[in-house]
Amino acid sequence: MLKLIVQRLLFSVITLTIVAVVVFAMTDLLPGDWATAYFGKWATEEGLAAMREEYGLNRPATERFAEWVGNALRGDFGDSLTRKKPVVELIKFRLRNSLLLGGLASLVTIPLATLLGISAGLRRDRAPDAIISTGSIVGMSTPEFVIGTLLIWALSVGLGLFPSMTLGNPDAPIVDLLPNVVMPTMTLTIASTAYLLRMVRTITINVLTSEYVEMATLKGLPRARVVFRHALPNILLPTINIMALMLSGLLGGTFVVEVVFNYPGLGRALVDAVSFRDVPMIQAIALLWAVMYVFFNLGADLMTTFLDPRLRSLRG
Amino acid sequence: MRSLSAVPMRVAQSLRWFAHIWRSLRRSRQGTIGLMIVIVHMFIAVASPYIVPYAHHDIDGKNRLAAPSAEHPFGTDSFGRDLFTRVLLGGRAAIGVALLAAAIAVLWGGLLGILLAFIGGRVDEVLMRLVDALLAIPGLLVVLLIVVALGTGFSVLILTLGYAYGVTTVRVARGAALGYVASDFITAARARGERKTNIVLRELIPNLLDVLLVEYVMRASWALTAISSLSYLGFGIAPPTPDWGRMVFENQVMLAISPWGTLFPVFALASLIIGINLAGDALSKAIGLDRSQEAPT
Repeated sequence: MLKLIVQRLLFSVITLTIVAVVVFAMTDLLPGDWATAYFGKWATEEGLAAMREEYGLNRPATERFAEWVGNALRGDFGDSLTRKKPVVELIKFRLRNSLLLGGLASLVTIPLATLLGISAGLRRDRAPDAIISTGSIVGMSTPEFVIGTLLIWALSVGLGLFPSMTLGNPDAPIVDLLPNVVMPTMTLTIASTAYLLRMVRTITINVLTSEYVEMATLKGLPRARVVFRHALPNILLPTINIMALMLSGLLGGTFVVEVVFNYPGLGRALVDAVSFRDVPMIQAIALLWAVMYVFFNLGADLMTTFLDPRLRSLRG
Repeated sequence: MRSLSAVPMRVAQSLRWFAHIWRSLRRSRQGTIGLMIVIVHMFIAVASPYIVPYAHHDIDGKNRLAAPSAEHPFGTDSFGRDLFTRVLLGGRAAIGVALLAAAIAVLWGGLLGILLAFIGGRVDEVLMRLVDALLAIPGLLVVLLIVVALGTGFSVLILTLGYAYGVTTVRVARGAALGYVASDFITAARARGERKTNIVLRELIPNLLDVLLVEYVMRASWALTAISSLSYLGFGIAPPTPDWGRMVFENQVMLAISPWGTLFPVFALASLIIGINLAGDALSKAIGLDRSQEAPT
């Protein structure tokens, strides 16, 4: 078991290393350097030279990569090119806002999707399942910006319930953000519930058609006992990994939704950074997302290992 | 040695395969509905240049933000451009990008996945770890970074999306191929001493065509979502080409005054993606695949 944990940890470190290389390479090695990207068509020889000097862009990429990783490990991602302030300073509140949005969305999504998924699975191919399953295809396939726009049309323009966009600064107190977070949360909830419930439904069906559930039914156990005692633990266990994947996506901030509602989270900061070629900002946010992804996956792996008696007793 | 009858036989085989796909779709109501929606959209995408009443950039200065009327069946936008024309034309670019990107994704991802399953061993292990790591970076982010560096030309968009969605296809194709690699007919082929390329091309790939088709349909729907979202964000299909995603962005500010410019492209885009997914879902059920294990990135 210890070996299993060490192995997972090692894989996470390897994954993060590869991610760091890819992120750095994508932002740094693609045609031109950031100086040319930053100045665009307004580039002058002197401007480029000055910037390359200032950021040490004349040094070899490997050297700069080592420096970037070294600084990042100490929590220093450099200064934003457009705001001339430390990236960490700029990201701090945006991360909080994205966590608020993602946290709320997951709080609604996880119980809702589990409930709907299991009830659809229990009534496989009957009316409730048909409605839930088809509904989930619709919810899952509709692009987030479409759901968001329709919500704005119905709830902001039509009923005047919530503001259609956030006007405050990223560092506004959470209480002020609450009216603004409602519709982005709804958008994310619709999309992710649809997706998660399909998985839960499939797992439920697989578990219910398994031999041990059949055995329990044949023994004459009441249906409720079969479902809650025999089936449920086996349904919930595999969903942990899927939920982790979803959580990392939701908590990292989803840029389309944040742009639709002008919500001051990480996703919108990234889109802005991309439009202004603010390379240190892009690198920091991309890396932060990858760290969250790896962290949640690792967490889910370890959690399933602890919860699953079959894996717990594994020696080796 | 290849006999002359090989070519007609190939044609007959592929016709039979298409007939089998068609039948499996038609068997379910959901699949039939999805298929019909997709066919209508494809017809519009192909025929729209010949049936639209105006040019997409024609401006009717007297009718700005007009509601639907006989003159402008879907109304007009804030410039006075005919929305019926723009919505009918607005899917062409995105659909083209999505179909080609998905083809590239399934081609390289599918081939690599099948090869890895066949080769196995150290190569497989290392490359799959790399694939896992690449999946840690959100797909749309990768696309965004590349598009910003290389510009938003059609070829860049197609290749980038084709790359990004191929990464997930590697896993799916590898997983599906693993089921066959250990099967009797592959072992028999190996024992016969068949060349490896022949085993992959003649034994493995034909058996995986159904899986790859479902994969193609799904990637096309994700690519369509991605390209529309990119256009919405301003990194995708650039004006003056009419595009649903961009139209939603442009007309969204006018929602309170005139919702038509937003609602019609929203309906067009959503109906097509839902149609593709309904068909794809029915298809995967028909060929006994469990598609719900996959997730868009």
